[in-house]
Amino acid sequence: MNNYTKQAPKPVGQTSIFTIRKRSFALVFAFVATLFALSSAVANFSTAKGLESIPKAIIWMAANFVPDEKAISRLPNILSKLAETALLAVAVTVCSALCAFFFSLLGTKTTKINPWISRAVRAFASFFRNVPNIVWAILLMFSFGQNILTGFFALFFASFGMLVRMFIETIDEVSSSCVEALHATGATFLQTVFQGIIPSSLPNIISWVLYMVEYNIRDSALIGLLTATGIGNLFDLYYKRLDYASASLVVICIAVMVISIEIASNKIRKVIM
Amino acid sequence: MGELAIALHSIDLSEQSKYMKKTRKGKIRTAAKTKSAAALKLTVIALLLLTAIGFLSFDYKKVNAAQAAFSTVQNARVLFAQPRLSYNTVAGIARALFVTFSLGALSTIFGAILGFFGALMCARNISNPTLSNIVRSFVAFIRAVPTILWVLILTVAAGLGSVAAVVGLTFHSAAYLVKAYSESIEEIDSAAIEALKASGASYWQIIFQAVVPSSISYMLAWTFLRFEINFTNAIAVGAAAGAGGIGYDLFMAGSFYFSLRELGFITYVVAAAVIALEALSTKVKAKVG
Repeated sequence: MNNYTKQAPKPVGQTSIFTIRKRSFALVFAFVATLFALSSAVANFSTAKGLESIPKAIIWMAANFVPDEKAISRLPNILSKLAETALLAVAVTVCSALCAFFFSLLGTKTTKINPWISRAVRAFASFFRNVPNIVWAILLMFSFGQNILTGFFALFFASFGMLVRMFIETIDEVSSSCVEALHATGATFLQTVFQGIIPSSLPNIISWVLYMVEYNIRDSALIGLLTATGIGNLFDLYYKRLDYASASLVVICIAVMVISIEIASNKIRKVIM
Repeated sequence: MGELAIALHSIDLSEQSKYMKKTRKGKIRTAAKTKSAAALKLTVIALLLLTAIGFLSFDYKKVNAAQAAFSTVQNARVLFAQPRLSYNTVAGIARALFVTFSLGALSTIFGAILGFFGALMCARNISNPTLSNIVRSFVAFIRAVPTILWVLILTVAAGLGSVAAVVGLTFHSAAYLVKAYSESIEEIDSAAIEALKASGASYWQIIFQAVVPSSISYMLAWTFLRFEINFTNAIAVGAAAGAGGIGYDLFMAGSFYFSLRELGFITYVVAAAVIALEALSTKVKAKVG
């Protein structure tokens, strides 16, 4: 009898890893299937219609959603709105990053200012992060009207909340050891910030800022739709006029813009990190 | 004795000039001049410059910013301090919240399925380079277009309602998850794949016995993160594309009824839901990861 062909005896009282894997897979599958069925019922969604709509959408897009000559003649207007949106995204991100950096200094464990202040700052940031930016946009619309400042502040509040969280995590991760060393030498708070925290965490912070610029350009389309400003409003205008050729050019311009910013940020990230 | 001290001193000086660089003012340089430091400086300057150009070029339409800011603060106080429902019922809001949750769940499930197969084609270690590059560029384009625009485009093709919302949200989720999953797959140890290949395992055996088990925890973490994003996106889509759910109620309260108190109540419900989801996904991630 060849020993190698014999199966290894099963250990008593211990299920094999394959059985556990199969069981957990079945459990997850059942959970997802239930969630799917319930969600379809609640949202009144039919999978058949959804699947049907994709080829229909592709055919429709190929026929109507292509820039024509009239759309090309609108390119200067689209590009100027796009430039405005991009500058807005950068301005919002830089301003919110400056505020967020200040607040994250109060919020990190690294600077050890006061546990209660730290907790308060985290809750404050969480508030701005979790109130949806469309609420900020609607609230600001009441007073600022259809103005670029409406978009600016709506994006600002949401970015601020996100960046405080990112910066606190970054500072705690990257700077804590050098801050400890500076504390040991008796450095003051400002010295710790300027000689320790900023130099060590700046590459990561810039990386987050670049990510946030990209994010804000995409989000400004949504805010623009709601507040009738910027590139989102331009898309909405063409879309409601059923001028899909021009609307498609807006979409293509946004995509090109976001992709070029993504490529540029990835290059910058590779050099600075 | 004195000579020795002088000799030591001169050695010290020559050593110093070798290892210590001084600035023009004669201070000791504490940071090395490197390419990355220069790039960092340049990036910061460029960002600040663009911000300045932005502020100078914006068309403010002569808005009275101080007055508007003051009334915004007053409005915010009404919004957050006196939340009250008058146009909707609590049951209606709860139902709308479930609809939004369902839209988020459906688009996450579809996105995860499509994202998984997309990632298999996109991950460089298990796919061929041409296919990988094609999928990569396709996905980058889909991700670059804002979710709301996908939903609006699909609304024309599929009609107003949950179908356009789910398919539109799925587009973006799938593209996002292809990138996230393929990065998780690229990070796995190549030894497991090679061992299975050497033993003559088929493609799907390699996928389900090596690739999935070693990257599943990262994939789940990304899926939960995407679910949170989809939930917030479903709110936005409801508001801007009329796709229903709590986002639509939010939009109606603010832009149709002009009721700050109503808006405040719904905002608190939404914020509580988002925080609960975040806590839940952190818990699940901790258990899985």
